[in-house]
Amino acid sequence: MIDYQFNTADLFFALPELFMVAAIALILLLDLFVSERFQNLTYYLTQSTLAITGYFAFNLIGESAVIFDGTFVLDTIGSYFKVFMMIFSIVALVYSRHYLSVHNLLKGEYFILSLLSVFGMMVMVSAHSMLTIYLGLEIMSLSLYTLIAIARDRAVAIEAALKYFVLGAIASGLLLYGMSMIYGITGSLDIGQIAAFATGANLISEQVLILNFGLVFLVIGIAFKFGAVPFHMWVPDVYQGAPTSVTMFLSTVPKIAATAMLVRLLIDGLGGLQAYWADLFMILAILSIGLGSLVALMQTNIKRLLAYSTISHIGFILLGFITGVVEGYGAAAFYVLAYVLMSLTAFGTIIVLNKQGFEADQIVDFRGLSKHSPWFALIMLFVMLSMAGVPPFIGFYSKLFILQQVISAGYIYLAVAAVVFAVISAYYYLQIIKTMYFDDTEKEVTVTAPMDMRIILSINGALILVLGLMPSYWMELAISLF
Amino acid sequence: MEFSSILFYVFGFCLVASSAMLVIARNTLKAAMLLILSFFSVASLWLLLEAEFLAITLILVYVGAVMVLFLFVIKMLNIDQSTIRAKFTTYLPLGIFISIVVIAQIALVLSAGQFDLENVEEPTRHVAGYSNITELATDLYTTYVYPFELAAVLLLIAIIAAITLVHRKDSRSKKQNISEQISVQASDRMRLASISSTKSKETK
Repeated sequence: MIDYQFNTADLFFALPELFMVAAIALILLLDLFVSERFQNLTYYLTQSTLAITGYFAFNLIGESAVIFDGTFVLDTIGSYFKVFMMIFSIVALVYSRHYLSVHNLLKGEYFILSLLSVFGMMVMVSAHSMLTIYLGLEIMSLSLYTLIAIARDRAVAIEAALKYFVLGAIASGLLLYGMSMIYGITGSLDIGQIAAFATGANLISEQVLILNFGLVFLVIGIAFKFGAVPFHMWVPDVYQGAPTSVTMFLSTVPKIAATAMLVRLLIDGLGGLQAYWADLFMILAILSIGLGSLVALMQTNIKRLLAYSTISHIGFILLGFITGVVEGYGAAAFYVLAYVLMSLTAFGTIIVLNKQGFEADQIVDFRGLSKHSPWFALIMLFVMLSMAGVPPFIGFYSKLFILQQVISAGYIYLAVAAVVFAVISAYYYLQIIKTMYFDDTEKEVTVTAPMDMRIILSINGALILVLGLMPSYWMELAISLF
Repeated sequence: MEFSSILFYVFGFCLVASSAMLVIARNTLKAAMLLILSFFSVASLWLLLEAEFLAITLILVYVGAVMVLFLFVIKMLNIDQSTIRAKFTTYLPLGIFISIVVIAQIALVLSAGQFDLENVEEPTRHVAGYSNITELATDLYTTYVYPFELAAVLLLIAIIAAITLVHRKDSRSKKQNISEQISVQASDRMRLASISSTKSKETK
């Protein structure tokens, strides 16, 4: 009766995930019993777990397999995404530690929840069934809600967490409704079988209607996780209310996971309906770029400003997916990774300015930074120029590749509109540079960040320039993923 | 009409009616009770589909545990009714508009006929000795073992999150220190002070 086949050797393909879950369980116990004797033990264990998981994922590059009865897939794009997620998470946690220690938030749970959230993202990246995509999404989101609320004494943080939680639950509901429609018509949760159904030659129009109905809800769920307009309402409030280290984490690594979710559901699964979802993405993309660029002009809080800047970057990422060609998808993946690098550096520089009892989150906090700490001012200058899209930084090339693909796909008006809004957005990036270099303040700006953070931040800032000087290798890599 | 069809329509009507009343109910307590009724109707529909185990679990877990907790929370929070009612009417036109659009869309999708009996075959009826739980367990621990373990991780996060957000180390927690209690001396608890009675009278 039971014809179940289980090959133990298959578990090898899920090694990064299995190792991570085991490590999380171990760290959870150690944190409870030994953390009082060995300070920072949880932190170092977390970092080494991320590093080892990244190493396992790196070793699996090139392998491909579908295991666990079609609920788990290992392929090149998944392995690369996992490696990048681990690297960026390690960097984010190095920055987080300084912020947490100056604001008395340094707790073992912070690192454990970060690990769990990264685990959820890995599940999403390797999902081959709508069931696992949803479970990965919930594992990631639930950890993130808690991370935001970890600053229990700040009313804004609790408000941000609650807002994110309620809106996230609604988005999950819509996503599930869409999934149920797709399941209803295809009869399968498996991404491979959905793809076979959606690309089938003898689809009748009624079947396409139901697929499209489900598709709209899937796109809403994805747009919410990205924070694309008009599903962006949570982004500014959450970015502003959350502790800066959580904002940094939230604005970087989950975007890679959201891209993976998009790739799995829409390209791998419903690739046959590309013409339909590209139309939806066009609206999302142009609204995101427009609103993100215009509303950011009026912000005085730098975290809120970066939130709107994120929304406009998301618009560019979505532009890459409307082209429907491998080069366009590659350009979008390149943009995501470049954006994560820039965003990490930007938030890292904000965190550097934090010190005991002082929360740096206003643009005016950057006044006179070039006099007191010219090195970090230079790094922030790199980030801002890169985000504005000035050559030779990486942000310029990521925008260039996207626009090239959009134009060659024939959407010239979209490209023109995107460039116009990018020029408008240059104003607020340049305003931050002006604040750092030309505004004076009597207040002494001192930097108390530890040496490891300074070194990593310097490398991070330098990469924005260095990768911008030689982007072709990474661009080719990004295209080869699809 | 078969008896099971009549049952289906009765429970279906109960479900739709209780859900609709749940949304427009003014009293939160009434809304919670209506939610219980809709859970019951869903469980009965599942019974008609031969999903006995799931039906019983729904009642045990959702009605027995989750809704009881809900009722406790509603009783403890003492929500101000008037503010909720004020917001209800301001968003009513928008809500009605969105509902009509969504209902129209669903009608369009269902009228496409893809979920009719010609396209979706009727599930086969099982014999009396058929075990729901065995089938469910076999699937959960074989085909769906990976999602099953992921759900376990999700529950772990829920525990960690709840403890992280609510537990406070110093304030309010009253712990016993047993070794301290055993080794306590009489002198630690009571101080014998000699007060002269005359002096105390003078101060009074």
